[in-house]
Amino acid sequence: MAIFPLPGIRISGIASAVPRGVYHNRSYEYLSDKEKDLFIKTVGVAKRRVAPKGMTTSDLCEAAAIKLMHELGWDPADIEILVFVSQSRDYIIPATAGILQEKLGLPKSCMAYDISLGCSGYVYGLSTIGSQMHMAGIKKGLLMVGDVSTQTTGPRDKSTFPLFGDAGTVTALELDPRAAPMHFNLQTDGKGYKAIIIPDGGIRNLVTPESFTEEKITEGIERNRLQIALDGMEVFQFSLREVQPNIERLLQDAGKDLEDIDYFVLHQANRLMNESIRKKLRIPPEKCPYSMEEYGNTSSASIPLTISHAIRDVMQEGKTRLVLSGFGVGLSWGSVYLETEKVVCPEIIEI
Amino acid sequence: MYFCENSVKLMIDIHQFITSVEEEFEEMPKGVLTSESPLREHFTWDSINALIFIAHVNVNYNVEITAEDLINSTTVGDLYNIIKSKADSSSPSTVTVPS
Repeated sequence: MAIFPLPGIRISGIASAVPRGVYHNRSYEYLSDKEKDLFIKTVGVAKRRVAPKGMTTSDLCEAAAIKLMHELGWDPADIEILVFVSQSRDYIIPATAGILQEKLGLPKSCMAYDISLGCSGYVYGLSTIGSQMHMAGIKKGLLMVGDVSTQTTGPRDKSTFPLFGDAGTVTALELDPRAAPMHFNLQTDGKGYKAIIIPDGGIRNLVTPESFTEEKITEGIERNRLQIALDGMEVFQFSLREVQPNIERLLQDAGKDLEDIDYFVLHQANRLMNESIRKKLRIPPEKCPYSMEEYGNTSSASIPLTISHAIRDVMQEGKTRLVLSGFGVGLSWGSVYLETEKVVCPEIIEI
Repeated sequence: MYFCENSVKLMIDIHQFITSVEEEFEEMPKGVLTSESPLREHFTWDSINALIFIAHVNVNYNVEITAEDLINSTTVGDLYNIIKSKADSSSPSTVTVPS
């Protein structure tokens, strides 16, 4: 089982960037007024940020990183690892991490690579970069996580179009022997790989002229094969089934009780799902911050974006004990328990 | 150590179930549903309403029902019986992710 502690790694800073453009779901003409009311109340997304054509996840991550490194007083020359977690990379080839390494002026001695994960990506990314820093004795690293999902949602697909928003984040990590160990519980069920999928454009299904043909799946759901297909019912059932036991096992392994945790920051899937998970775990509402009402489901960025949006002041002031949990596309899910102290957490940047 | 009470909450009777459903769907008039009520007259199984119902049953009774369970139930009583039989059996999972 992928349940393990990770000692000696401290989170020094978290920053998030979003596009300036706001889309209000009230103006989505493909839903009736009654459907809009139900959607905003139940799914919980009133508005979201949308990147203009050509703005990439790495552009958002870059803006966040420049701001955060400035506030931390970090010299780019000292950064020895950059990990980019996203499912909306700049190019099919090459990896985006190298492009960011160059743009940020990091040295050639810096290792940089991509990880392709979505909703669970932040937690997985923390485990990967943290483990590598711990094993290799790397002192400073940047974890850059986010997605521009709105370029790949079908405008006439009401199951995805009003749900997703765009964001890029950066988390600064440091080697610190005094840091309390993080604890991870990471899981996968590839049987559900079709539950969230863009079918064409990879090597399995190359792009053909038919890839652009819009298909009517059901009433209110029309999309082509280069746009994301979401089996909402399947993902919902999966999340209700798997997240609670994953977090319970994590807390057991970390030797913590529910009361020991200041905040449970969950992937911002949708309000109904998150509230159901919160109630199943008997977490009081004030310990479960949200960002989806303002920013939508921001895929891999949702956990750090929620920290930037909702608990930034607390993170900057003193010590916090957090459980972060991501779940979705893959199907992939994972949680981490970690302790922080005076994390540099600037206001959300708009570009 | 952390323990969450995972035990299935047994539904004592259908009236309790009906009351909890009426509370969940705020806009629904109270005291109207009976075990004989046809589900389709009271609920539209569009995706969001189905998810609300599935989440309600999962959170309150720790039972996993599917969209098919909703579609296959004619009356409120039919659905209650499905939920009760799943609650009574100890099988942890009834839904599989399609491959």
